[in-house]
Amino acid sequence: MRSRQLRARDMLRGDLEGEELERYVEERVVMTNFDKMLGWARSNSIFPLTFGLACCAIEGIPMAAVTARYDIARFGAEAGRASPRQADLIILSGRVSIKMAPIIRRLYDQMLEPKWAISMGACSSSGGMFSNYAVVQGAEKFMPIDVHVPGCPPRPEAVLYGFTKLQRKIQGNPDQGWRARYGAHGTEEWARGGPRGEPSAEAAKAYLAARELIVSA
Amino acid sequence: MAELAERTEVMTVNIGPHHPATHGVLRLVVDLEGEVVKDLRPIIGYVHTGIEKSCEDKSYWKVIPFVERMDYVSYFFQMEAFCGAVERMIELEIPPRAKYLRTIFLELNRIHSHLVWLGTTALDLGAISMLWYCFRERERILDLFEMATGQRMHTRYFQVGGVIEDIPLGFEAKLREFIADMPVRVGQYQALLDRNEVFLSRTKGTGIVSRERLLELGVTGPLLRAAGEPWDLRKAFDYLAYPEMDFKIPVGTVGDNYDRYRVRVAEMVESTRIVEQALDALPEGPFIADDRKYVLPPRSELSTSMESLIHHFKLVTEGYRVGPGELYYAIESPRGELGCFVLADGSAKPARVHFRDPSFVNLQAFRDMSVGSYIADMICSLGMLDPILGGVDR
Amino acid sequence: MPDAPGLELIRGEIEQDHPGAVLDTGFEHGCASLAIDPAHVLGVLGWLRDAPGQGYRFLSSLHAADYLPAEPRFAVHYELLNRDRVERIRVKALLADPGEDSLPEIDSCVELFPTAEFQEREAYDFFGIVFNGHPDLTRILLPEDYVGWPQRRDFPVGGEPVTFTYNERNYG
Ligand code: SF4
Repeated sequence: MRSRQLRARDMLRGDLEGEELERYVEERVVMTNFDKMLGWARSNSIFPLTFGLACCAIEGIPMAAVTARYDIARFGAEAGRASPRQADLIILSGRVSIKMAPIIRRLYDQMLEPKWAISMGACSSSGGMFSNYAVVQGAEKFMPIDVHVPGCPPRPEAVLYGFTKLQRKIQGNPDQGWRARYGAHGTEEWARGGPRGEPSAEAAKAYLAARELIVSA
Repeated sequence: MAELAERTEVMTVNIGPHHPATHGVLRLVVDLEGEVVKDLRPIIGYVHTGIEKSCEDKSYWKVIPFVERMDYVSYFFQMEAFCGAVERMIELEIPPRAKYLRTIFLELNRIHSHLVWLGTTALDLGAISMLWYCFRERERILDLFEMATGQRMHTRYFQVGGVIEDIPLGFEAKLREFIADMPVRVGQYQALLDRNEVFLSRTKGTGIVSRERLLELGVTGPLLRAAGEPWDLRKAFDYLAYPEMDFKIPVGTVGDNYDRYRVRVAEMVESTRIVEQALDALPEGPFIADDRKYVLPPRSELSTSMESLIHHFKLVTEGYRVGPGELYYAIESPRGELGCFVLADGSAKPARVHFRDPSFVNLQAFRDMSVGSYIADMICSLGMLDPILGGVDR
Repeated sequence: MPDAPGLELIRGEIEQDHPGAVLDTGFEHGCASLAIDPAHVLGVLGWLRDAPGQGYRFLSSLHAADYLPAEPRFAVHYELLNRDRVERIRVKALLADPGEDSLPEIDSCVELFPTAEFQEREAYDFFGIVFNGHPDLTRILLPEDYVGWPQRRDFPVGGEPVTFTYNERNYG
């Protein structure tokens, strides 16, 4: 340990030269590109939103998965954030009712890019066993989901496995937002007008441009 | 001073439905004057799942997993409420071993539920480490559940007629280990909280509601007992093995948040005692009733007996029929009186399944607990009220 | 539980004060029930609560039920409890279906039992039963702009059929 530190110090000082330096560099330094490094850093410092919907929440990130036995801190995601503006991962842990769906969508829209979503449990992935009037049959209907974790409820291990899958995904294509990933240009909330009135001229133009992109693709 | 008072105005604050302190997706619209809560309206329904409607579409034995998912921390209680109601309707007596096994699992579930409550509520009050301690014990209970039933949560262990399978080998030893540990652990929690100045000053004297008012509002469970009313359905009514058990009902005196905390913690110890007694007295014998009209025949018989095969086929495809009638059956869940109303119309599917969920009714007391107090105390009261939103919204 | 003769006694006494209030009595699975005329609901509940010797002071549960093919179609159930004698009694107010455009109505018992507030709102939400005199009769669990009364028997369960793609794509 000590000798390694000494060698590192030597290198930084410029004391190592020639073959010795080359060997040192070969041993110690990993070459990569910036994107990959950024993806690696991002994937290991995820701030999940502390968000629980139903039964799955007890087994998932807000509760059991952060406690000692499962310890999501091993994957660098123990810093739960209560505000969507500070979080970059939302875990839909539970059933999505028709009353809750617009709120989840709004939370998701408030999160800053890049952002990811895990749908935990059968309910939020597909409606699960509750095929009835009150439950949205799958959160995919109103927001993009990156990883689905099956189970009712999934074990905390399964959540962690899904989480590591997400990390791989982040390392794979780091810099695109979800709109690029899913080809979803034109779904921006402001562009649709909606209850708050007409979109601004700029927004309408951006919307048209985005539509263009999709149609041409 | 007078000028200042004139300048304060009532501010309406929306808390939730996504808020870490609301224990789920509860939304509160609070009128604040400065820091003091003037009025409050809980808005619920954000996890309304339509379970009661879905139950009408399923045969009786398929309803059990649905009702479990209402109050997702006390799933065994939901199962017992529903299975017990159906058993009473078809007048099926369950064997003594099943009664004792059910008692054991119900009480373990009660401990589990209180542990989740204690961990999260203490977390809200700033005692973060409690979450880790409580979930350590919770994992042990879940291990026991998993050992016996194969699932950690939503076990579907109770059947109409008994339980689905006997406890496995080695379960008893593990359970005994847990029982021996639990009172010590509860002592540790108390050591952490009981003399913690912050915890005491936040809980003592806050959220007081008189017992008459609580009764008017239909509040049951630890909340009512903390106000000094020793009302517990386990003692009042005769169900499962509770009449044979020797246990006490902890009651509080003033009914503030501190009493609520003490009552629940004491209940954990009492539950441990019940589990121990039930385990000691666990009778031998069948674990499920032997009525082929309602209960699946054992697996081993299927390959030898044609009759069993027919019964099995009939039960699985169509389910059993329950004669017309209606019944309300209530048990004591960790949060109070959990009632199940079943209306049967003679077919293989219930015509209506309604749950009187204690969290739903208890939530009405929240306004009384919080109006006039500080907003910080409101959060404390909400934690001590312990609503499970899955149960509130169903 | 009041036994069957006890129930008849109760019926007789209620009839003295509120003639025609009790339509029927029932006794099944060890549980007594009184079927009453919705016009007298407050009178009967108040009597059961306050009359000496009755004292059903605790309303455990209030829920509605839909007996679809039967007439009258709806019922509001009041599960009353006497905590001293540990006795339950069920009061059923039978409500006829007034047809497509109007909703069945009954008096609210929030004055008598404040606990009924949420539960009456729930019954309104799911069955469209209007409780006259309720302080705030709005939808409680469903979104406010929801149309329909989902737990009536003639309301479809909803949901989507499950489609399996297993065979088409041949996942290993
Ligand atoms: S998937 Fe299962 S455990 Fe998860 S929210 Fe749905 S019902 Fe509950």
